[in-house]
Amino acid sequence: MELLERFAAGDLEAFEALFREHQKEVYRWAVRIVRDTGIAEDLTVETFWRIYRARQRFDPVAGNFRAWARRIATNAALDHLRHARVETELGEDYPAAVHGDSAVRDELRGHLRRAFLELPAKYRVVATLALIEEEPYKEIADAVGISVALVKVRVFRAVRLLRKKLNSLGVEVPAKCPTK
Amino acid sequence: MSDKMTHPENEKELQALLQRAFPPPQNAELQRDLWPQMLRRLDAQPQPLRVPWFEWALAAVVAAMLVLFPNAIPALLYQL
Repeated sequence: MELLERFAAGDLEAFEALFREHQKEVYRWAVRIVRDTGIAEDLTVETFWRIYRARQRFDPVAGNFRAWARRIATNAALDHLRHARVETELGEDYPAAVHGDSAVRDELRGHLRRAFLELPAKYRVVATLALIEEEPYKEIADAVGISVALVKVRVFRAVRLLRKKLNSLGVEVPAKCPTK
Repeated sequence: MSDKMTHPENEKELQALLQRAFPPPQNAELQRDLWPQMLRRLDAQPQPLRVPWFEWALAAVVAAMLVLFPNAIPALLYQL
């Protein structure tokens, strides 16, 4: 019996093999969305927990385990973002500010972070993947489980909301980016 | 839907600012095996309630008795 068939039948060894094969990829995907290594580890375990519970719904013949795992990881990240407290401070995982960054640029960055983290989770996930990670829309659509058209709509709305929030903070996004 | 809506030129600045505000985390690669954590999670799941076979047998005997001797039902209820 193939690995996926054994997994779908509830074989724990098969599940372990799949876990070891895919944990790094699921983790990398989660960290790109939540941008925190500790949370991404927890989300990786949560993702595989959901995978294990849903094993009977997986079609081992026609199903694509990688795509399925990615979609479940995206949903787990979305659930996390819906309930997580908005943190605007950079965690320890982030590189220190570039030497010579001006106070103005730091302030702009702070406003931008706050405004972005206050976006509704469903917009934030799509905007993070599309704008920050530059992931193709098709990949985002598959991971979130929506159409490419809806991905575009969510990115558009996220940008509009972001500009609105920034305007309310008195911040005008400059036409030209400040140089690094 | 036009590309203009999703990728207008003035979004490029916002995108660049976002990328600078949210740089990739350091150590973005998984540093340890998460299987032990996964096992703990699996062990912590509530086990389904297991009824021993002899209790099923007892229940079957009682049910059979009630079907075969329905007159015994009032006496049984009286005992309860």
